[in-house]
Amino acid sequence: MAVLTEEQSMLRDAARTWTREKSPVSAFRKVRDSGAPLGYDPAAFAEMAEMGWAGVIIPEGYGGSDFGYLSLGLILEETGRTLTASPILSSALAAASAVILGGTEAQKEAWLPKIASGEVVATLAVDEGAHHRPSHVNTKAAKTGAGYTLSGTKTFVLEGMAAGLFVVSARTAGADGDKEGISLFLVPADAKGVSRKALKLADSRGAAKVVFENVEVGADALLGAEGQGWDLLEKTLDRARAGLAAEMLGSAVQAFETTLDYLKTRVQFGQVIGAFQALQHRAAKMFTDLELARSCVEAALTAIDNDSPDVPELVSLAKAKVGDTLHLVSNEMVQMHGGIGMTDAHDAGLYLKRARATEATYGGQAYHRDRYARLHGY
Amino acid sequence: MADFGGDDIEAFRAQARDWLRTHFPPLLKGRGGFMNGEGGASASADIRAWTKAMGETGWGVPTWPKAYGGGGLSTAQARALQQEMNAIGAWNPIGGMGVMMFGPTLLEYGNEAQKQRHIPSIARGEIRWCQGFSEPGAGSDLASLQTKCEDKGDHWLVNGQKVWTSGAQWADWCFALVRTDPSKKHEGISFLIFDMRTPGVEVRPIKLIAGASPFCETFFTDVKVPKENLVGPLNGGWAIGKRLLQHERSGISGGGGAGARGGGMFGVGGSPAELALEYVGVDDAGRIADSDLGARVVAHEMDAKAFQLTAMRTVQESRSNQGPSAATSIMKNAGTKVGQDRAELIIEILGHQGLGWEGAGFSAEELSFVRGWLGGKATTIFGGSAEIQSNIISKRILGLPDPLAS
Repeated sequence: MAVLTEEQSMLRDAARTWTREKSPVSAFRKVRDSGAPLGYDPAAFAEMAEMGWAGVIIPEGYGGSDFGYLSLGLILEETGRTLTASPILSSALAAASAVILGGTEAQKEAWLPKIASGEVVATLAVDEGAHHRPSHVNTKAAKTGAGYTLSGTKTFVLEGMAAGLFVVSARTAGADGDKEGISLFLVPADAKGVSRKALKLADSRGAAKVVFENVEVGADALLGAEGQGWDLLEKTLDRARAGLAAEMLGSAVQAFETTLDYLKTRVQFGQVIGAFQALQHRAAKMFTDLELARSCVEAALTAIDNDSPDVPELVSLAKAKVGDTLHLVSNEMVQMHGGIGMTDAHDAGLYLKRARATEATYGGQAYHRDRYARLHGY
Repeated sequence: MADFGGDDIEAFRAQARDWLRTHFPPLLKGRGGFMNGEGGASASADIRAWTKAMGETGWGVPTWPKAYGGGGLSTAQARALQQEMNAIGAWNPIGGMGVMMFGPTLLEYGNEAQKQRHIPSIARGEIRWCQGFSEPGAGSDLASLQTKCEDKGDHWLVNGQKVWTSGAQWADWCFALVRTDPSKKHEGISFLIFDMRTPGVEVRPIKLIAGASPFCETFFTDVKVPKENLVGPLNGGWAIGKRLLQHERSGISGGGGAGARGGGMFGVGGSPAELALEYVGVDDAGRIADSDLGARVVAHEMDAKAFQLTAMRTVQESRSNQGPSAATSIMKNAGTKVGQDRAELIIEILGHQGLGWEGAGFSAEELSFVRGWLGGKATTIFGGSAEIQSNIISKRILGLPDPLAS
């Protein structure tokens, strides 16, 4: 665990207490079983916003606490532990980052206070295919007299069913795959021509496909400079990836601890199965990987807070390492629990399904290893 | 020497800088290496002078008490000293097992007379120590050791054999675990120190898969050891030996860090990514030409970076008031794995050029890769094998039952 300030320790303790008491895994299970279209419990999210969690990275002038990414990561680690579903990552971290980094004064005033209070859920609408590839942008933004007209389809949009605001990547110039010519737009979900459809994934969250059909927006919807959106998009995505990595770390730690408890209680052959060396060494390997992954996640979040030049490489390192670790631990959770781990009544399956969904979000391990190599010139 | 007291770190730093400028021979810049303290090569006049100067200030062991010849520095001062040394390429000539393992252990468990006698000579880099722990029948199961130590009234009588005694052929003194009670296992072991020139001590160097090595077999035949050379209580040596091994493990794991490009006997230097660009070449896109190799190179570089970040985190955590970091327990396995993976990858990247044994046709660096690759296989065996480390994590950190407990 990183060395924390007193305020950060208090924030983490508050998050730990709240998630355990108000949002244990059984709460997520209830959301899933209810078939609620949003994929999360709005009342629970309202409580989180009430505690200030939706404003952690937002400057004080816009209703936030300006507490930084490492601090928000502490909350996400705790929500990851109990599989708490909420728009904290998509809205209070990812979309908020885009507005903080690229927004005009008017855009910040219009959206940040609403994001911080939880009144509006915002999200990134950037992917157009099965794999995260942010330069793959076919959505077009044609310049009109008063602004732009957007046409295209975005998919696997996190909290896409709940969102009131989309941060959309669209092409104002260039061809699919080019980094030049990408622009970002702030598009309200109720704009004419916006439609969406739920994508029911194995992890039962609120992903959606969002169609933009000749959606007209004003010039004031452009976030950052026209055609120069790539850097802003990458900076925003790196913040989102680091936050997601913190959530994944929490899920991996909890999946491991739940499994470790089982190793200490399940008796076979007259002894607890945790006495078997075949399982002990696998547990030791998981613990080792968790510690290594934690170092990477904390280094990435700290680098963001320090606006350090090595943010991209540290973020790719964190997302890939924690992805590998969560992959391993979620598989071992099922295997070590044996038959009970295969039942829907047990939590292991929930961690396994969530693990794969988070691995694929904002770039999987292969994507980030490749990016790390490119950043280092090989 | 000047008295570098007080809390003013910057004042201390300035004084240290001056002192280093006066005493560090510029010709030695950047020439420090692993296990200097055990090296067999005869030291140059420059090295002798540098060792003497550092020995007199006690800065070779900066945080040890002044009363025993240490530097008496605070950890902040020691850090400043290290930074100033790094800045001019100076290195600590005082090292080896006396400094890394035995000294800290004796300071904790030795009596006053033992500390007065042995610590100052370690601090001055005068006496080289070797470790008599492992035996032919006591490797991972160290507590089954059989080297017999009998109480003969006015002396101890030692008979038996040790193996993997690193640096025994150059060592002046030995610290050893010996059996003083054959009826018990852990509770029958004592911690004994003795002069390697004592009659009955015989040393035979071992040739390893990497060639010549610092490891030896050491035989004891009716070796008479003075009574005052028992450290700690009779039959209380196991706890002392375990503490000493903790010092050893923290020293070994450091080899895996990406920052440790120096290589040395137990691993190889060099960056797999840079070597791959050079030896394998690039494709039209400027990527490593062999995509399978390229994928494994980046996975390794990321593992190395994760280990390096973890090493930094454990230091930060132990400096803060959060108590000892749980991550420390993983460092030996994680670090040695990174080191061995790097060596394997480099050998593969170099192809046949990476398998040269000696002679013409190979650069010095290429030859060092082969020896380092082979020598590095020892890192997951000594100091508690990788399997023993996993047992320790399972038992002490994760709280799982000890399958060996009877």
